[in-house]
This record gives sequence, structure tokens and C-alpha cells, in this order.
Amino acid sequence: MQSNFITMDFQYTLLILLLPFLSFLVLGICGKWLSHKVAGLIGTFTLGAVAVMSYYTAFVYFTADRLADGTFATFVPYNFEWLPFYIGNLHFDMGIMLDPITVMMLIVISTVSLMVHIYSFGYMHGERGFQRYYAFLSLFTMSMLGLVVATNIFQMYMFWELVGVCSYLLIGFYYTTAPAVSASKKAFIVTRFADLGFLVGILVFGYYTGSFSFDFTESATYAVGALHGVAPDCAKAVAAGGFILPTALFLMFLGGAGKSAMFPLHIWLPDAMEGPTPVSALIHAATMVVAGVFQVARMFPLWIQYAPETLHYVAWIGAFTAFYAAAVACAQSDIKRVLAFSTISQIAFMMVALGVCIPGHEATIDNHGSLGYMASMYHLFTHAMFKATLFLCAGCIIHAVHSNEMSAMGGMRKYMPVTNWTFLIATLAISGIPPFSGFFSKDEILAASFNYSPIMGWIMTGIAAMTAFYMFRVYFGIFWGTENKEYHEELRHHGHFGEAPLVMTAPLVFLTLFTVFMGWTLPGGFGAYVSATGTEYTIHLDPQIAITSVVIALVSIGLATYIYKGSSQPVAERMKATFPNLHQWAYHRFYIDEVYQFVTHRIIFAYISRPIAWFDRHIVDGTLNGLADGAHYIGEKIRPLQSGRVQQYAYVFFLGIVILFFILLI
Amino acid sequence: MNLDYSQFLVMREELSLLAVILILFVADLLFCPDKKSGKGIYNSPLPVILLSVMTLCNLIPCCGATDAEAFGGMYQYTPMMTIVKSVLNVGTLIVFLMANKWLSRPENLVKQGEFYMVTLFTLLGMYLMISSGHFLMFFIGLELASIPMCALVAFDKYRYESAEAAAKYILLALFSSALLLYGLSFIYGASGTLYFKDMFSQLPGDSLLTLVGMVLFISGMGFKISLVPFHLWTADTYEGAPTVVTAYLSVISKGAAAFVMLIVLGKVFDTAALVNEWRILLFWIIVASITLANLFAIRQTNLKRFMAFSAISQAGYLVLAIMPASAQGMTSLVYYLLVYLVANFGVFAVINVVEQNSGKLGISDYNGLYETNPKLAFLMTLSLFSLAGIPPFAGFFSKFFVFMAAFQEAKLLVFIALVNTIVSLYYYLLIVKAMYISKNDTPIASFRSDNYSRAALLLCTAGVVLLGIVGSVYTYIDGFSYIPSL
Repeated sequence: MQSNFITMDFQYTLLILLLPFLSFLVLGICGKWLSHKVAGLIGTFTLGAVAVMSYYTAFVYFTADRLADGTFATFVPYNFEWLPFYIGNLHFDMGIMLDPITVMMLIVISTVSLMVHIYSFGYMHGERGFQRYYAFLSLFTMSMLGLVVATNIFQMYMFWELVGVCSYLLIGFYYTTAPAVSASKKAFIVTRFADLGFLVGILVFGYYTGSFSFDFTESATYAVGALHGVAPDCAKAVAAGGFILPTALFLMFLGGAGKSAMFPLHIWLPDAMEGPTPVSALIHAATMVVAGVFQVARMFPLWIQYAPETLHYVAWIGAFTAFYAAAVACAQSDIKRVLAFSTISQIAFMMVALGVCIPGHEATIDNHGSLGYMASMYHLFTHAMFKATLFLCAGCIIHAVHSNEMSAMGGMRKYMPVTNWTFLIATLAISGIPPFSGFFSKDEILAASFNYSPIMGWIMTGIAAMTAFYMFRVYFGIFWGTENKEYHEELRHHGHFGEAPLVMTAPLVFLTLFTVFMGWTLPGGFGAYVSATGTEYTIHLDPQIAITSVVIALVSIGLATYIYKGSSQPVAERMKATFPNLHQWAYHRFYIDEVYQFVTHRIIFAYISRPIAWFDRHIVDGTLNGLADGAHYIGEKIRPLQSGRVQQYAYVFFLGIVILFFILLI
Repeated sequence: MNLDYSQFLVMREELSLLAVILILFVADLLFCPDKKSGKGIYNSPLPVILLSVMTLCNLIPCCGATDAEAFGGMYQYTPMMTIVKSVLNVGTLIVFLMANKWLSRPENLVKQGEFYMVTLFTLLGMYLMISSGHFLMFFIGLELASIPMCALVAFDKYRYESAEAAAKYILLALFSSALLLYGLSFIYGASGTLYFKDMFSQLPGDSLLTLVGMVLFISGMGFKISLVPFHLWTADTYEGAPTVVTAYLSVISKGAAAFVMLIVLGKVFDTAALVNEWRILLFWIIVASITLANLFAIRQTNLKRFMAFSAISQAGYLVLAIMPASAQGMTSLVYYLLVYLVANFGVFAVINVVEQNSGKLGISDYNGLYETNPKLAFLMTLSLFSLAGIPPFAGFFSKFFVFMAAFQEAKLLVFIALVNTIVSLYYYLLIVKAMYISKNDTPIASFRSDNYSRAALLLCTAGVVLLGIVGSVYTYIDGFSYIPSL
């Protein structure tokens, strides 16, 4: 009774989805009659309401009593059959499911989205298409929320695609500029290509297990009237072939790898920076790109139980991506590009954390072997906050200097103190310096990696050190280093040079508060809310790992300070000169984009597409044209049948009966 | 023996329709518009409201209704029939909405009461036909549905085409009725009964009498549904009849007849040998209907004539759902009817407003409609897409379900039908092309359509867009369907 009562309490969660959607409809349809201010306020206030509801949900959910086995109950306030499949008992459901990671994601999405909504007031001020911008933001928020509250993998897939569409629309927001258009197409095609794997995975999974539901143990509490989910029958899939579940899960992971920009599907994310910077903060840093991580986490019980070996592929793909992206980030000069590669690297950290989980006794989950699950979700949470801060700071700077290139900056700390401090704190957090939140989550990831294998542990520690280096490189490049005095003088001459307005700096400060406090003031530690088994898990800081990582990070920071802080940078110049090839390769992102270009243009277009196009134009079209011409010709020939004479009609009528009768007799 | 009057309750749908007709009759007498001033209060939403209320009242009790029969089995009732009648009602409602503008013309103002009553009388005939459990009852229903229909076709009686269409229609209707009746006499001769429920035990499957009766029955129904080769009246009648009546003729009478055909074929001609025989007949009829109608449709220049051939082809798909004689087939037939209804009325609603506002009916007149009336062009495109069966519109799903139901019994036929959908796509797109791409020096001028037509268009478009997406509609209908032989 108790739990049923609480489920009733969560009925309002439907509004969390509906409000942004309504806001999208209103802004999308009536946008052109609304002033910028009204449109922005509609979007922002809706999001405010969503944020309040999300926080309330989190409060009620996490303060409710735990179940007898020490986990938080999973609630399903809504679930109804949307489309039956007519094969077995499969059907597509739509609903809302609340469990610890969903509630955590609600907080992340609504917080970052609200901050971006507020921030955009300043950043997008006076832009053309302001209303359209807010409409898309609302649609995006709705889709992302729908993705995390999904009760089954098919609903997740639908919202997953919607999220992709929103990303496409927002990257191509400045649709009159060529780079934005090609970047949006690139993002859409690459992720869509990966989603094919996801869809095939879903279908294989559904076919063999007979269910799409996320309620793997049928232990969720359903509200009155909600359709009960059927647990996937994994035993049946295993009986049909031991490789089926690993294959299905890995195919789903391919979709996740596309969205979360894992190597080699990462190529769209750096280009996605063509969109407005707040969008980069919201979509391409904090929320959408972690969808892949969220998906793996969602299917985690199945991964660990039925495909632990395949899970380790995820870990190694993640580790390589983390290293690759960190290496590229060290050589970029466009600050958004550095942040983009840092995002790829950090998401790869989360993937690694999930991948290094090992099953406990008898292939069950335990909190020690699956420490990485908790670490991954923790890092997802902290990273979303500080990466959003970093991007919004970058937005402030770009807003001030009208350029993404570091050469146009330098010495900005004098002009933009708030941005300077918030950027610094976020940089310290991403570098893993206590007491900021990034330290705690990254430390757990490293502990999980060492738990899996020392090699992985050391690799990840090394990449963490690279993170500290390139982040401080960009920090010094922007705020210290060589100042481009002439350019700044010219900007000041035109006015508008200096600290961003309050509407832009306030979100920075708010997000920084999360970064400062989420590490050490969270009551009970993060493990009290999210853990692999769902039971309470106390985080122990392993002093050996913690001290090592902090020391290495500090060394890297020291190195970066030595090289990049001064107003002239002889060391950096000399390094560039000593290793010209390495720098060139890293600067050009190891030519992965060129490889793609080569494969698509030279091989696929020339040897596959062109013959198919020829076949289509001459054989397929030719056949159909022939059919159409033939039909036309016959139509002309049989026209006299329709003469308009009633006698003849009756005659044909009677003749028809006679013919039918003869058909029967034959 | 005393008559058990509670039996009348089983007939509440027919009785309530009769009540609506009587109310309209009295209202017509009392509030008939003044001939001189041309003004009247009758041209009000009264018929629309009454019919809506009646539809709603009949829809609700069907949740708990069970199978019943009355008057010794002459009248039979299953909840599925309520569904079919409700679908027909909704269609008639849309026709009434469409008709408003046409009826408020000066020459029609006086006789508009007739239109509503005569239309409802044909509807009553279809009701009786659907619920009949006896061949005489069925025949009376059939005639009640077709004779007033002739009056409707001739509604613009001073217009030459309208009168001609009505003459052709009544002549051929009589011809087919006579043959049908002749066939019924054969069936009676073979079995000695006219009750559906007794028939299948008493009808000899191998008798020539039965076969002749069956062929004549199918041809009579084929006339009503306008299947090839009994279709020749269709194009002339559709072209000559007032557009609103054409719309009514193309969906409502067709749908009712198809459903009855399913019931009778499944129930009466139910022995294994006979099922095989009528499947062969239907096979050729369907192939001929779909293919020939498609070939004719490509060449048409008049939109109403075009829609006549489109309707013949669609009727072929509708009858395809009869082939399996299963519960699934029944569901898909009713669902197809519903989806076809909204899509076809969507097209006719546009044709009608355009005709009322500009008097134009040629396909080439529609060139450049998008430039002048973009919304109408768009709505018509949606409906045409649905008719052609393009996802995600409802037409795709309805065709899909019909194919799925028929696939087990008629694989080859489903394949032929599939190929024909491609041809149909071609000619439906011709209209879309005319509206969007073709240039026109004198396009139809922009106009503002009346509110009744707008309501009709809204209903149709909502149906076209939503019926496919909201999967529960099909499931809901499926809950009531049954194997017709039971």
C-alpha cells in the first residue's frame, strides 16, 4: 500500500514531459507573433517549472524508505501500450519509469537546460530566429527527458532519434552559413548510421527475449492502470545461442558509441561546435552526448550478467578514445574544439568505468566489482555541471572577442573576472584537484580501472594527467599568456568589450556551486543514491590512488603553467619545432576526417553508389516508366468500353455473370 | 400469441434513426424556408446535431451489448454491427457538413429538407440490410437503400447530367435487383429456407441451383459495391450526381454492401466446397476491379470521374478483406472502411468547396491550386496520400491490415493488389502534381471556405492523420469482430 501511495504521488511527472512539449508547440507555431522577450520567457519559465518538479521528484524519491533489500523502489507511474507488434507478445509501450539513474538524469538535464535557457537570453540577444531557437531548446529538453524516463528500449529509441533531430536542427541553427549546414548534416548522418546498429540490436533483442521492457526483474511498482512490463526472457535467448545477447547488446552499444562520440564515430562532435555555444553546452557537452553512457548503464544488469567479456571491449574502445581525444586536444587552437575533444575524452572515461566492471560471484552484480557503474554515473553528473560551466564561459569569451581562436585572446583575466574564476574552478575540477567534484568522481573511475587491471589503471591515470595539461594550456591561453593587445583595443573602441552581462554570468556561478559542493557535501556520498545493485554504497577514497592522481595532475598543471603562463612562450615554440610532424598530426586530428572522406568519396561513392545510381536510373526507372507507358496505352485502348450507353452496360453486366458462371464450371 | 414488445429494443439503432427522420420531417413542415424571401431557419445545424446525438447514443451502449435476435431471427444483432453503423453515421455526418453550402443555394433552399430525409432513409435501408437475418429482410433493406438513392442522384433534377445519371442508375439498379431476386429464388429452391442461420445446414453444396444463386447474389452485391464487370454505371452516375451525393454513394452504400456481403458469404455459403467456389469468383472480380479501374483512372480528366475509378479500385481492396472469411478479415474490412471513408471524404470535401466556389471540376483546373489555396491543396494531398497508402497516414495501415488478413488465403491476389497500389500511387500523385507543380495562367481564385466544410475537412484530416497512429482503434474494432459463420 505504501509504495502504491507513492506511485500515485508521481503522477505529475507526466507534466515534466508535457510542459516542454507544449512550450515547443506554442513557440513553434505562434513564434512569429511573439516578441523575443516573451518567447524567451515562455521557454525559460516552462523549464523553470520542469526543474522545480525534477528537484521535487528527486527529493521525494531519495527520501522515501528503501525496500527490504536495501534498494530504492522503481516506480512506473505511467505505462500504456502504444502499438502492438502482432508477433508473440511484443508491443511498443510508452510510459514513465523512475529509478535512481533516471532521477539523477532528471536533475542533470533540467539544471543544465534551465541554465542554458537563462544564459541564452544574453548570448542570443537580438539574433534572428530567437523564437525558433527557444522552440528547439524546448523540444530537445522534452526529448532528452523522454529518453531517460523511458520504460522500454523502444521508447528510448524513439526519443533517441528525436534528440538526434534536435541536435541536427540546433547545430544547423545558422543555416545560412555553409559550415553549420555541413556540420549538422555530418552529425545527423554519422549518428544515424550508428543508430542502425542500435535498431538492429533492439530487434534482435526483442525477437529472442520477447520483451522490450527495462523492468528486468519485474520488481517495479506500477501505478494503478499502468500496463505491467514483462521481463525479457534472457534464458530463452541464451538457449537459442550464447552469442545472441552479447551481439544484441554490442549492436545497441554501437548506437551509443555514435551518440557518445566514441572512436571512430567521434568525427561529428568537434564539427557540432558550429551551433550556438549555449547549445554546445547543453547538447554536445552535458546531456545528449552522455545518452550512450546512459544506455549502457540502463542495460547494465544484462551486460554484466550475460556479456561481461563483451563489456570489456567497451572499456578498451573507451580507453583508446580517451587517449586519442586527449592527444588531439593538446594541439588545438580553437577553444571550443579543445573543449569538444575534452568532452569526447571525458565521456570515454565514463565508458571505461562501465566497461571495467566485473561480475561478482555466480555472475551476479556486486557493488565492489561494479564500482565502475557508480563511478561512471557520478562522473556523468559532475562532468555535466563543470563541462556546461566551461562551455558557457567559452560562450562569454567568444561573445566578447567575436572569435574562437586563442590567438585573439590572452590576458582576459583583467577584463572578465567572473568568467576567469568560474573557468578556473571548472578546470581544476576536470583536472581532478580536490576538493572539487571532478576529483571525487575521477578518483572512483581510476579505482575501478585499477580494480580491473593495473595496466588500465595506469593508462587512465596517464590520460587524466593529459587532461590537466591541455585544460590548463587552454586556460592560460585564454586568460594569461600573450595578449592580443591591438585587437582588444580595437574591440574596446567599438564598445561591448568586457565582462558578460549578469544574465550570462549568473548561470556560470550557479553551475560552479555544483562543482564546488557536489564532491564533499553530498550527504552520504554519491554511492548512497546510485550504485550497481541499488543498495547503499559508501565511497572509500583509496589514498594510494588519490594521492598518485593528484600528484600527477599537479605536475601536469605545473608543466602547463611553465610552458603557457608567460607572455612569451619559448618552450612551446621549441616543442613545436622539435616535433613538427607530431604537432601537425595532432592538430589535424590524426587525419581521421580525411580517412572518412577518402572512404566515402573515393570508394563508396565511386564504386558502390555510382553503379547503383546507374541501375536505378536505367533499369528500375526504365521498368517503371515502361509500366506506366503501358498502362497509359491500355487505358487509351479500353476507353470505348465506357461508352455511356445503358443498354451496353446491362449487356456487359449480364456477360459478366455468364463468364463468372463458366469460371465456376471449369 | 402475444408479441413480445421488448424485441423492439434490439432494434434501437433503426428506431432511433427513424425517430431522427420523423423529427426532421416535422421540422421541415413547420420551419420550411419561405419561398419568396429564400430565408429560413431550417438551414441550421439541426440534422447535424440530431445525427451526432444519435451516433453518440448508439455508440455508448455497444460496450455492454451482446448478440441478440428479434422477430424469430428476421433481425439479428451483434456489437460489430453497431460499430459498422456508427462508421456509416460518422460518414453521413460528414456528408451533411459538406452539403450545407450546396443546399443553401437558392434553387435548393426549399427542398433541403428532402435531402436530409432521403439520405437518412437510404441509411435506414443499409441498417436493415446489415442486421438482417433473412433474405427477404435483406432485400427490403437493399431496395430501401437504393431507390431513394436514385432520388438523391437526381437531386439537381433540372440539370441535364443529374437526370441522366439518375436514369442510368435506376435502370441498372432495377436490372441488378431483378437478377439478385432471381438468384434468391434459386437459393430458396435449393434449400427451402430464407433464414441465414438455417441455410448452411440445408443448402446443398454441389447443387447447380446453389451455384447459380450464388453467382447472381455476388453479381447483385457487385453492382452495389461497383465491382468490375458490374461497375459501368459508376463513372457516369458519379459524374452526373451532385458532388455531395457522389461522395455519399462512393463510401457509405459501398461500405454497407461490402459488410453484408462478408456476413452472407461467410454465413450462408459456408460449406468448404462453396467457400472455395466463391473465393475463385472473388479472385477474378478483385483482380479485374483493381487493375481495370487503375487503368481507367490514369486517363481521366474530370475529377469526379477520376474519383469514380479510384472508388472502384478501392472497393477491390475492401472486398479483398472478405476473402479469408475470418475474424481478422472482418476487423480489417471495417477498419479499411473507416480509413477509406475519412480519406475519400477528405478529397470530396475539397472537390465540393472548390466546385461550390468556382464551379470547376477538371483535373487541369486544379493546376496551381497550391498557389492560391495552399491549405486546401495541402489537406487534399494528405487525403490522397492516405488513399494511395503512403505511411504514416491511415491508408497505409488499413491496406497493411487487409493484406495481412488475406495473405494466408490468397497470396497471389495480395501480390497483384500490391503491384496495383504502385499504379494507384501514380495517378493519385498526378493530382498532387497538378496542384503543386503544374503552372496555370488562370488558377482557381483564392476563397474562404464556409465553416461547415471546414468542420468536415477537420474531421477527415484528423482521421487521416490519427487513425493510423493511434493503434488502439484497430484493437478496439478487433475486440468486436467474430468469424462470420458463427
